[in-house]
Amino acid sequence: MIDVSDVYKSFGQNQVLKGVNLKVHDGKSMVIIGASGQGKSVILKCLLGLTKPNSGKILLNGFDPNSAQKNIILSKVGMLFQGGALFDSLPIWQNVAFRYLHGKQKINASEARKIAIEKLERVGLKKSFADNFPSELSGGMQKRVALARAIATQPEIIFFDEPTTGLDPIMAQVINDLIRELVVELGVTAVTITHDIQSVRSIADEVALLHDGIIQWSGLLNQLDKSKNKYLKQFIAGSTVGPIETLR
Amino acid sequence: MIGFTAQTGRIFLTFCSFIGELIIFCIRVFAYILTPPFFMRAFFSSVVQIGWLSLPVVGITSFFTGGALALQIYAGGARFNAEEVVPSIVAIGMVRELGPVLGGLMVAARVASSIAAEIGTMKVTEQIDALTTLSTDPIKYLVVPRLVAAILTVPLLVGVGDSIGVLGGYVIGVTRLEFNNTIYLINSINYLEFWDILSGLIKGAVFGCIIALMGCFFGMRCEKGARGVGQATKSAVVSASVLILAANYFLTEAFFSS
Repeated sequence: MIDVSDVYKSFGQNQVLKGVNLKVHDGKSMVIIGASGQGKSVILKCLLGLTKPNSGKILLNGFDPNSAQKNIILSKVGMLFQGGALFDSLPIWQNVAFRYLHGKQKINASEARKIAIEKLERVGLKKSFADNFPSELSGGMQKRVALARAIATQPEIIFFDEPTTGLDPIMAQVINDLIRELVVELGVTAVTITHDIQSVRSIADEVALLHDGIIQWSGLLNQLDKSKNKYLKQFIAGSTVGPIETLR
Repeated sequence: MIGFTAQTGRIFLTFCSFIGELIIFCIRVFAYILTPPFFMRAFFSSVVQIGWLSLPVVGITSFFTGGALALQIYAGGARFNAEEVVPSIVAIGMVRELGPVLGGLMVAARVASSIAAEIGTMKVTEQIDALTTLSTDPIKYLVVPRLVAAILTVPLLVGVGDSIGVLGGYVIGVTRLEFNNTIYLINSINYLEFWDILSGLIKGAVFGCIIALMGCFFGMRCEKGARGVGQATKSAVVSASVLILAANYFLTEAFFSS
């Protein structure tokens, strides 16, 4: 379970998070939506322990990612970065099996390679790509590799940061479907950050709208279109008229 | 007046914050050197990148420097009939000063820039964050192997550069300045002391440490975008070069002032 209580975070004078409260139950897929610059990535970084909140409490399966327990919880977490964040200097299979090649989960290289190839095949990539370098793959393929890396060690929680950004609509839907399949198949708790409504409809069990540093609305996916929340209605409609200010 | 004071204060505070950041970074890096896990593959890769691939540039620089030094000392020595000091001065000058300093500066240009650009690019493309989420400390994985490799390989590069520099002086001395080749070699070796060589190698280790630390530090604090990577690269090379020259003075003072 992910429990975020009253989290505040500022950068200098800029108060980005102003008391975020959020709960994601085990095995559920939560999608956080919101306009650009509203703190979606900041909340994700706080959840991963990459940025420390000024105040508030974050617990991932009972562990605080911003404390000495960070490494315990990170070993149970998978993360898909917006740009993939694959290591340029390593071949694909070593990217996927990174955790098996270094640190506490280290196993022998041939075993790690076998697992990496299994995971690559699970996300629809052929074995022949295993020895390529990330720069030799297309954007969609890199996303798949990053997804394979995120699921490589059977995580309990997976985070997805803008999983379909930069992809064409068809490839975006392929990635959305893949994410949904994996979340259901692995039974993991998932948090996705996106502003792509199509992704929301494909991936989410629950949705939260972050605006002006707080969660303005949260609910089940089937409540999304019925909600009267003015922020949510404007965001879904993509309208320039409403409480969400737009610069023109 | 208030504006000027505020501006000066801001610059001073920024400078203090920068120095504090650098000190904390260095403490963390040195604390991690002896702490497992050790990333041996990254270490050997750094040895090749920093040491082996810098050999041509250090070798060529040293050869021409040794040759030019021989010509200069010959021309200067001729003013008071002291041409015979060419071999010994070339050897001592190369081994004590020019070998370590020029080798250090060439490695700084080649390696500090490449480390800063590589780590900086990793930072802006979230690869550093990815390392953290994969339970791998970026300092241990990226910085420590490079630092250890630089501390070990730059003295070796300096040693090779010293030899090639003396060879450069020998080639010019024998072919252009009509020295007898045996006498040149004997004079080169006879006046050289073990401490001359060792002091140069110690300087090399210190310069290697400076180069790796500056490259990694500026790479790790790289700002977003291509401009950030460019800035990190420039800062790494400039600061490494300045620190090498400053450290060279203080080491020379410590080693030879008495």
